[in-house]
Amino acid sequence: MTATAEIRKALTFQELLFTLQKFWADRGCVLQQPYDVEVGAGTMSPDTFLRVLGPKPVRIAYAQPSRRPADGRYGENPNRLFRHTQLQVILKPPPVNIQEMYLESLEAIGIDLREHDIKFEEDNWEWPVGGAWGVGWQVMLDGLEITQFTYFQQCGGMDLDPICGEITYGLERIAGFLQDVDSIYDIVWAVEPDTGRKVTYGEMRLPEEEQFTAYSFDYADVPRLWEHLNSYEAECLALLEQAKGFEKMDALQLKRFPVLGAYELALKCSHLFNLLDARGAISVTERVGVMARIRTLVVGVAKAYAAQGEAIAVAS
Amino acid sequence: MSEFLFEIGLEEIPARMIAGAQAELERRLVALLERERLIVPGVMHKSFSTPRRLAVWIGDVADRQEDASEEVLGPSAKIAFKDGVATPAAVAFSKKAGVAVEALKTVSTPKGEYLQAISVKAGRAAAEVIAGELPKELAGIYWAKNMYWRAGKPERFVRPVRWLLALLGEAVVPVEFAGYTASNVTYGHRVLFGAQKIVLASPSVYEDSLKSAFVLADVEARRHTIRKALDYACRIVPDARWREDHALVDKLTHLTEWPSVIAGSFEPEYLALPEEVLVTVMRDRQNYFAVEDKQGKLAAHFLAVLNTQSDEAGLGVIRHGNARVLRARFNDARFFWEFDQRTPLVQRVALLENVTFQKDLGSYAAKSTRVQELCQKLAYLVQGREFAVDFNALSDAAALAKTDLTCELVKEFTELQGEVGGLYARAQGLSEKAADAIYDQYRPESMETAIARTAEGQLLAIADKADTITGMFGLGLEPTGSKDPFALRRAANGIVKTLAEAQPALPLVLGEVIACATIDPAVTTKLLSFFKDRVEFYLHDVSGNAYDTVAAVMNTHLANTNTPHGVTGYDDIRDAVKRAEAVTSMRGSPDFIAVCAAYKRLKNIYLQALQRQDAITHFIPMFASAIEVDLWNEVELAGAGYLADCTFKRYGDALRKLANLRPVIDRYFESVMVMVDDLEVRANRLGMVKYLVITFAQIADFSEIVTQG
Repeated sequence: MTATAEIRKALTFQELLFTLQKFWADRGCVLQQPYDVEVGAGTMSPDTFLRVLGPKPVRIAYAQPSRRPADGRYGENPNRLFRHTQLQVILKPPPVNIQEMYLESLEAIGIDLREHDIKFEEDNWEWPVGGAWGVGWQVMLDGLEITQFTYFQQCGGMDLDPICGEITYGLERIAGFLQDVDSIYDIVWAVEPDTGRKVTYGEMRLPEEEQFTAYSFDYADVPRLWEHLNSYEAECLALLEQAKGFEKMDALQLKRFPVLGAYELALKCSHLFNLLDARGAISVTERVGVMARIRTLVVGVAKAYAAQGEAIAVAS
Repeated sequence: MSEFLFEIGLEEIPARMIAGAQAELERRLVALLERERLIVPGVMHKSFSTPRRLAVWIGDVADRQEDASEEVLGPSAKIAFKDGVATPAAVAFSKKAGVAVEALKTVSTPKGEYLQAISVKAGRAAAEVIAGELPKELAGIYWAKNMYWRAGKPERFVRPVRWLLALLGEAVVPVEFAGYTASNVTYGHRVLFGAQKIVLASPSVYEDSLKSAFVLADVEARRHTIRKALDYACRIVPDARWREDHALVDKLTHLTEWPSVIAGSFEPEYLALPEEVLVTVMRDRQNYFAVEDKQGKLAAHFLAVLNTQSDEAGLGVIRHGNARVLRARFNDARFFWEFDQRTPLVQRVALLENVTFQKDLGSYAAKSTRVQELCQKLAYLVQGREFAVDFNALSDAAALAKTDLTCELVKEFTELQGEVGGLYARAQGLSEKAADAIYDQYRPESMETAIARTAEGQLLAIADKADTITGMFGLGLEPTGSKDPFALRRAANGIVKTLAEAQPALPLVLGEVIACATIDPAVTTKLLSFFKDRVEFYLHDVSGNAYDTVAAVMNTHLANTNTPHGVTGYDDIRDAVKRAEAVTSMRGSPDFIAVCAAYKRLKNIYLQALQRQDAITHFIPMFASAIEVDLWNEVELAGAGYLADCTFKRYGDALRKLANLRPVIDRYFESVMVMVDDLEVRANRLGMVKYLVITFAQIADFSEIVTQG
């Protein structure tokens, strides 16, 4: 450790979040709260998935707890989580100095780049179920992947114009790096101001990891999960069917038509699929078919959202 | 004349695409300047690249194009002038050519007198030409994956462009691309030099200016620096060396602008994990080099290539960070390794029912059963030829081969499929032969990698691939053109290579493998022609034989009578390889080439006779002239020796005997006419021709050998 590194106090998990949020708020991002439906990644929140569509400029940032049932390890593996936290930054269109802004954000959280090795390595992102993909990098800091940096190209099967820059920070990884701990559960989440007592990540989240891993792998009721999936799917499809009639709606009906509701139903299906998958209930053969069903919903919603936006623009 | 420098600055280009793009930009720029008569062929040029830039320097570029004059032919003189007065045809031509009517000339052509204009095209300034043409070249560069980033999608490129620099001598050439206009400014290392501008006075200072800004723009210099730094860093471990990995050196060369190397270490307890797993984690996940001791055994150290420089304290921080990540990765791998062991491979066989191989070919359980049966058939065949195979080990290996697909470690490191199964099999007490066969089942993955080490592994690898190929062909899913989604060509290449290179030789021919794998005659026919291409590929691209040699060896339908099951010239692949080698080594002998030419004549005579259904009798000396009897005696002697050599696969000796026949054959053609009117004599002579053609075809159809320049 260098002298400066010793003097520098590593940020707690919550300070890391504040600092990054403040950093991006200062650069014009509106801070949004996490989306309250289960998602596998910050990209799936409508604040990314739907806002990237259409011509309207967007700058938004939010932390997004992201659930990946198959990644749960009953809290026994120090590096894997059922639910981790992404900080998602969306800049549409991306400013020319977006990479420099990103590097400044690392300085802001106490990473002196001159003391570290940073590389942008090709890593293209793709979410086939959402008809979405982009090109970009994984940002490697001293061999650790701390960020996924993507230039979104397509979403819902539609070309984006303008495109959008997406910066996804892995908060647990970065906190572990800053605090130099080997287990996620040892990350200091907060320090009580009066007593100086450290509240750890384990204290805050370990039971959740233990129980949700058990739920995803051992308890979740497979027939009922299928029922839920079928039922959410049916409702989503019914809404998408009605969404075909935008041109017959009056202005009020049009703007109140719940495309956003349909999207939540599609997200529910996606999460149920992940649960079924973790539960080992989807054979390789079925997998392709179920993914195609969910793709129909997600891409259908994206198309409906774009169509609704255009119809409203025409009407007003 | 001036030096020219062009640089395009980009956000980090994917490492795998840099070398190709650098070469293409250089090629395009040189071709452009040549086409525009701004450089002479052979002028000095050099290209550079880092993750953030591609650049080309050219030594001598003319400041202007020379004026060019062009002779243009117009209408005929008769039409152009009536009574000495220019007609509208002449006026129109003069306008088009940009030459006054008075300056038009008359020239005679074979068709008569015609008008001619000499139009002078004024040379343009180099800067103007480059600014006008270079953007099209930039737009034409090929990228395996590109993107758009500006609103309205005006251009696609690999990553957003961030600056352009174009200097002709000291003057900026205003090349425009992707919303930028070139200047004389470039940038150094992101972190070590920051956003400061570097103003270049002239192209010649490019490399040095970047060097002082912590950028080594010369790719080979960077590669050399990395290799030296790896050597140096390795010295902290006594008697150790880094494990050579050209692909990784290349990747890191294209991931860095200012490379340096640190050596780190990990807890020796992780060495209990299989080396394959450790190396895969280090190389594929972390871009680290493995370190080994004198005996080639893995040491508890790693080398990481950085894109920065620092003092010892700073490097300590980076080393600490990298070691921390590696420890986490190894921990993960160890977790999977231990977790997987809780369910032994034998218990995983049932799980394969749920893993689909292909929707119409069933699960991996079904595939395993098929492969097991196929292995058994092949084993019986080779055993009947006194070749030792451990039946039990082969059968166990075939049954368990795919079970590692259900293991977490393979789901995490798919590139280790097979190897992980082999390691688990060994750890779980299966026989060494079975474990090795499972380990090697996917070999050879390419023509550059080794085949399975043991007979059991070779048979399993052949059976597994043959099952996939015949299954897919049976469904009509064979490769077409450039499309081969199931990598069937690679699988077939693997079978060919295994049959060709197994040591000791596997006594199996291609036709047997196919016959054991399918009984469908239509599939068999398709497979024979599919495999023919694969053998041809092997003989030409891998063994390095000329195309005509390969055709000669493969197209001889009469070969291999000494191999009981051979039907075509490529059925016994190992034999085909030997025959091709022998032919290739004889190609330098003029006698041999002359005999090949003679063979072609003989074969044509024979084929025409067959076509006409001429009578062909066995050669009987009593009907023959003295020269024919001479020839016959020599031919028969040589032929007997040749056949004996073929029996023992002494193809070199056989071909020398054939080459030695040249004087006799030449004499024969000089003095004997085969197609005489006397039908009895003709039939007799054809008999000798037939004998020659068929006997010597044991090695190759020599008529395929190209005998002229």
